[in-house]
Amino acid sequence: MNSSTLRRIGFAIAAPAMALAVALAVSSIVLMISGSNPIDSFSDMAKNASKLETSIDILNRATPFYISGVAAAIGFRMNLFNIGVEGQYLLAAFFASVVGGAVNLPAVLHVSLVLIVAMSVGAAWSGLAGVLKVTRGVNEVISTIMLNFIATGGIIAGLIVVWQDNTGQVNSGTTPLPKSGRMPDLNSWVEIFTRDIGKGRRLTGVLLIAIAVGIAYHLFINRSRMGFEFRASGYNPFAARAGGIAPKKMVLSAMVLSGAIAGLVGMVEVLSDNYRYDQSFVRGLGFQGIAVALLGRNKPVGIAVAALLFGFLDASAGALQVSGSASREIVVIMQATILLAAVVAYEVVNRLKQKDEAKTASALLSGSAS
Amino acid sequence: MANAIELIGITKRFPGVVANDRVNLAVERGEIHAVCGENGAGKSTLMKILYGMQPPDEGQILVDGKEVKLSSPSDAIDLGIGMVHQHFMLADQLTVMENVILGSEPMKHGLIDFAGARAHLAEVTESYGLAVDPDDLVESLEVGERQRVEIIKVLYRGAEVLILDEPTAVLVPQEVEELFRNMRNLKAGGTSIIFIDHKLDEVLEIADTITVIRQGRTVASVKPDDVSAHELAELMVGSELPSPQTTESTVTDDVALDVNGLTVLDSDSRAVVDDVSLRVRRGEIVGIAGVEGNGQTELINAIVGTEPQSSGEISILGNDVSRADVGKRRELGLAYVPMDRHEEGLLLAAPLWENAALGHHTRAPFAKGIWFDRQGARAQTERIRDEFDVRTPNVEVSAHALSGGNQQKFIIGKEMVSEPKVLIAAHPTRGIDVGAQAAVWQNIRDARADGLATLLISADLDELIGLSDTVVVMLRGRLVATLDPSDITPRDLGAYMTGVAVEQEAS
Repeated sequence: MNSSTLRRIGFAIAAPAMALAVALAVSSIVLMISGSNPIDSFSDMAKNASKLETSIDILNRATPFYISGVAAAIGFRMNLFNIGVEGQYLLAAFFASVVGGAVNLPAVLHVSLVLIVAMSVGAAWSGLAGVLKVTRGVNEVISTIMLNFIATGGIIAGLIVVWQDNTGQVNSGTTPLPKSGRMPDLNSWVEIFTRDIGKGRRLTGVLLIAIAVGIAYHLFINRSRMGFEFRASGYNPFAARAGGIAPKKMVLSAMVLSGAIAGLVGMVEVLSDNYRYDQSFVRGLGFQGIAVALLGRNKPVGIAVAALLFGFLDASAGALQVSGSASREIVVIMQATILLAAVVAYEVVNRLKQKDEAKTASALLSGSAS
Repeated sequence: MANAIELIGITKRFPGVVANDRVNLAVERGEIHAVCGENGAGKSTLMKILYGMQPPDEGQILVDGKEVKLSSPSDAIDLGIGMVHQHFMLADQLTVMENVILGSEPMKHGLIDFAGARAHLAEVTESYGLAVDPDDLVESLEVGERQRVEIIKVLYRGAEVLILDEPTAVLVPQEVEELFRNMRNLKAGGTSIIFIDHKLDEVLEIADTITVIRQGRTVASVKPDDVSAHELAELMVGSELPSPQTTESTVTDDVALDVNGLTVLDSDSRAVVDDVSLRVRRGEIVGIAGVEGNGQTELINAIVGTEPQSSGEISILGNDVSRADVGKRRELGLAYVPMDRHEEGLLLAAPLWENAALGHHTRAPFAKGIWFDRQGARAQTERIRDEFDVRTPNVEVSAHALSGGNQQKFIIGKEMVSEPKVLIAAHPTRGIDVGAQAAVWQNIRDARADGLATLLISADLDELIGLSDTVVVMLRGRLVATLDPSDITPRDLGAYMTGVAVEQEAS
């Protein structure tokens, strides 16, 4: 391994390490101010995470974070800020639940249908923002925020009343998916290697979809021609245009793809948890995805690490409360400080890296001249 | 009286190499001092040291005869040293005055003292004769005016020594004259100017003293009256000089690029390109002369396909591409060297091998079906590096790590290596040194011999006359003359470009 490879690896590791150290330091201070012992709290979190059931919990939480992170990252790679993952996944989950609850099909087909509906709805909703940008120049940040409100406050709120399942439940929601539309859990796979999973914890089958999304995202963005066009447009849209990459086509494809992936975010809940869309359907995953994508630098593996970290922190919240070593809000503070520290650390490391590169190149130049 | 600036025995080492090797530079008060040298000769490193951006490993910096240590640009500014970078650092949405005071806002009762700033600004602009309206938005200014704002910004901070990094690279001839007028005014006011430039005629015209740096060493410090442009260039490259002369004609009868009645309208529906027809045949170089802003940019944008045309036809090798997008035109064999390499030419933050793919990524060796061929791209980039002498440690570095001349050689290389049929080259040698310029000319000439049809736009009239088989003159969106470069001088061409001369016979 030569020194330039080592350097690259060093630069890659430096930023997250810095961010984590800063976050730990800040959280410790907050813990001390609020009268808790940071060492106790952190050891409680670690102890909790080492339990098998908690690992399952972390994976279940990380799965939608990851999908949501990838959805946001697709836009970010092109400097498109799709803030609308939130609305896209909720609308997609709603329609997917309605369709999934209304039909009876063989298992594989049923699940596939739900997935296709979810991706199509997400893609269409996000594509709308893309069309507005391409034809009317509407900034995607504004249009996607507006579309979030229309999706949740307008369409879902209006239709859920019409399409709700009146089988006597208090919490109004869609008709639950029949057995054939549910994704089996992965407990039996895990239990090959471990003891039996207790406490009724079930590892979501959607994890497999998340892994597939990650692999597809990697192949697309790093290995495909279109992925190259995405990245080139993100680096420099003018150079990309002069290089024959049609900017409007790129914007539209990015929004549609991002939305299609966003459509899958709610599938953990629909296919493997609640099997329906109701008033208490999980919210906020879209915004978590933005944080996860930022933390993971829009890279397939980076997003996975970030999603697991956020999943771990979320899962720790309950443990902290139970053990009484700290309040659960500390977790939110940690997530925020990690994110903030990461953004700063990446920028710092990036500048160092640029300097280093320029130095090496100019050194070589004057070297070859002398 | 002590020199305003004196650098003695400056040495700067980067791992394994010496960028500056015992460089000496003495700048008198009220002097315009040109620093010349090829890209990579060490000029930029030297200026960065003088402006406090990098510490020297050895040597002394004397300001007004006193030795100083500069650890940051703000140290340099405090000592009255200011620098205007080649790429402007202005906020487009702010006014001239806001830009000038940005970063050193005068405060009064906790608020910005705009009245005081305005008075000070007026003082600065009047005493140096720099005309500028403080309330203009920077985005509405021409390039030359923006540069003036940058200079004013530095003077406003009390600079007595001004470093100008290739100030004429971005300017058209009239703006250069204006800049030189301003520089003479500054000099008369006692300001010392250190001026980095590649264009030797300009250096000879404006400088009082010229220091030539080659391979990190000072090779000469001369007075302009004692040297010719030719001798100066030889000092810079240390060898016999190239010239842009094209040898014998390789023009064939096959039309490769055919533009017919092309009209481009701007946002006010004014015709910026007005019914232009031209043909470039295989093996031919057609040069377009014109004062900047007469529609050349819009013409090439329409031919490349980045701007829509409103009427007319364009065909490449007999294929009508009037409605085709850029990608389609490129696949037919169109290559494009854009006028601004940072804006349209490069993905600065991306590695070289990705840059090489841009514009060619739909074809081998960059593409394999729907996939991007990373191995192929790297191999091709290494080929570009070797064949076009791009000096880079490897093909993984990002494009911004290369010096300007190497970036340009790389862009030419990545366009030429795909063996295009039609080349649109806009200012292919702007802002690069004599050595890289010669390499670019040679590349274009070699490709011409192989049958490339080239449309060349350049502000360098010697380049246009020397390289082109035919020169057409563009004035207010129209082609007003077709000239044979073998019997015109830059002076004649200038007359056509400004509309003083009108072609006698119909073309």
